[in-house]
Amino acid sequence: MRVLVTGLNHKTAPVEVRERLAFDGPGLEAGLKGLLRLSEVKGAMILSTCNRVEIYAHVSDPDRAAAAMKAFLSEFHSIDAGSLEGSLYFYADRDAIRHVFRVASSLDSMVVGEPQILGQLKDAFEFALSRGATGVILNRLLKKAISVAKRVRTETRIAENAVSISYAAVELTKKIFADLEDKRFMLLGAGEMAELAVRHLIKNGVKDVTVVNRTYERGVELAKEFCGRAVRFEDFIKELVNTDIIICSTGAPSYILHKSDMQMIMRGRKNRAVFIIDISVPRNIDPEINQIDNVYLYDVDDLQGIVDSNVEGRKKEAERAEAIIEEEIEKFLKWQTSLDSVPTIVELRNRAEEIKQAELERLMNRLGNVDERQRRAIEYAVSAVVNKLIHPPTVALKEDTEDRDMLIAMIRRLYGIGENNGSR
Amino acid sequence: MVILFELALTFYFAATIVGVVELFRGSRATTRIMLVLAAVGFALHTANIAVSLLSGRIPVTNMHEASSFFSWCIVLLFFFIEYRYRIGLLGSFIMPVVFILMLSSSVLPREIKPVSPMLQSYWLGIHTALAFLGDAAFALAAGIGVMYLVQEHFIKRKRLGSLSNRLPSLQILDEVSYKLITLGFPLLTLAIITGALWAESAWGSYWRWDPKEVWSLITWLIYALVLHVRLTAGWRGKKAAILSIFGFSVVIFTFFGVNLLLKGVHTFVR
Repeated sequence: MRVLVTGLNHKTAPVEVRERLAFDGPGLEAGLKGLLRLSEVKGAMILSTCNRVEIYAHVSDPDRAAAAMKAFLSEFHSIDAGSLEGSLYFYADRDAIRHVFRVASSLDSMVVGEPQILGQLKDAFEFALSRGATGVILNRLLKKAISVAKRVRTETRIAENAVSISYAAVELTKKIFADLEDKRFMLLGAGEMAELAVRHLIKNGVKDVTVVNRTYERGVELAKEFCGRAVRFEDFIKELVNTDIIICSTGAPSYILHKSDMQMIMRGRKNRAVFIIDISVPRNIDPEINQIDNVYLYDVDDLQGIVDSNVEGRKKEAERAEAIIEEEIEKFLKWQTSLDSVPTIVELRNRAEEIKQAELERLMNRLGNVDERQRRAIEYAVSAVVNKLIHPPTVALKEDTEDRDMLIAMIRRLYGIGENNGSR
Repeated sequence: MVILFELALTFYFAATIVGVVELFRGSRATTRIMLVLAAVGFALHTANIAVSLLSGRIPVTNMHEASSFFSWCIVLLFFFIEYRYRIGLLGSFIMPVVFILMLSSSVLPREIKPVSPMLQSYWLGIHTALAFLGDAAFALAAGIGVMYLVQEHFIKRKRLGSLSNRLPSLQILDEVSYKLITLGFPLLTLAIITGALWAESAWGSYWRWDPKEVWSLITWLIYALVLHVRLTAGWRGKKAAILSIFGFSVVIFTFFGVNLLLKGVHTFVR
């Protein structure tokens, strides 16, 4: 039995193709059923996210299965098979295992290190598991992939730094302030990115929110959303004396806060630190304000710069993650080979022989004087019992049935064979 | 016990090396190694001082012992701060200071001269312990001041790196440094007062304008100013950090410069 991965992702296919191949809600169930009807496919699961559509399967002949899956995809989604050419990738055995591990560890993601993919993978696996679509190999592969992803997370710093602007804003806030709960926050203006940053800040403890908007009613509305209060635009400078964190995102054509204003405000605050994030384009806050002591002003490019350097750092950590993955692939392959029937039969026999010899020895010691004839009779009887007990599993192992992988895994577990590299 | 001192010095040296390495490519593991090395050094150092105390002598009567006791006070407070605030990285900034003080201690005269009978009193222990604990608080405040300047530099220049990620927030650094000064200042005040009372009982006058007295007064005035401008003019953050570093450099001069360059009742070699 071999592992096969088929699919496409953000690197190989544009969004127009990805969305046509996506398996959503009911499509997922139907797709999984359709896949399992293919005679080449023994077990399968489908991972369908906005960045990738992939099928993980275990098959006996990867080449034939790959062709069958491609035909299935084009038929299921009614897409011309030719148009999938170049977008679809196929990986078998070692490469397939590597791919699954890399996806789980978020090394194959658009934003390397982003954490959502692991959750999506878990959901996809659990769905297939609940439909009985996966087999021993896929179960083991996916469980392993999840543990590899966790190992990568703890042993490398791949997910350490913020790689989105709104997260970077929160991280910077935490570098300036220790405790956000007693800090006063002001949202100046509105906008998707600004509001996302506000939500992140609230999640990180900010409680006191003030919203300022040119249209007062809009401000009141937003304030309600963040459990804060609204202040009229004309009054915002007065409020700044008591404000520690400001996110500015207004559409003003020029600066609305000048250095001289800020110097006066800082005197009023006795120089307590202020963090200002100006994500408006054009900028609304005089950049010179950053020169004032205890005032930290970041514009959207500054935040982007931090995001970029974090992305760079993640790339370095990714190299260490790849090494971990190679190591885990070896372990997985070792386990997979152990699933061959021959070594299992040999080990089963050895195990039976060991038990037989040990028990015989104990018996002989207890009996004391036993003559040669009696001794042979006893040995014969014990051997017969042991052989008769292990005969049926041996026969079953030799048969070439569809569920042989499962059978081998079960027998290994039931008889406690190779526990150290066995089922858990 | 010379061997205990040398061993402590060795462990402080190892902690310093690990601490400096940690600044460039650190992780939680290196912080832990540094803390363990420093802790072993501290245990040996404590044993070394305890041996002197048990033999009935307060080990601050020559420059070797004074410098060693000063470093001991710094490490003691460092572990207290580490326990309270978990700023393990502070070790990277303070262990070099401890090591340099210990190294100076190891080359400074070790000869034990009998303390003049006039000065033989329990005041010796109280006065010097207060003075050194106060100075140790100022040393740590300055170490945290340096950390503040490093972190503030990263944030102002908008270049954050791995070191910035491991440094505490500006607010924490500013607060802890301020708390240390509010601890050091009363200790220094008490040291000066006990010194004056002791001088009165030994020599019959409270204040003799001895160089050490003068420089201690200067130190006291500087830290009084640090606290004053913080409360009135809001000199916090960067300015406070620079002042705390300046204050500590005066402390160091008062300790080494006055003893080695200027003569007075506090010089050990008379």
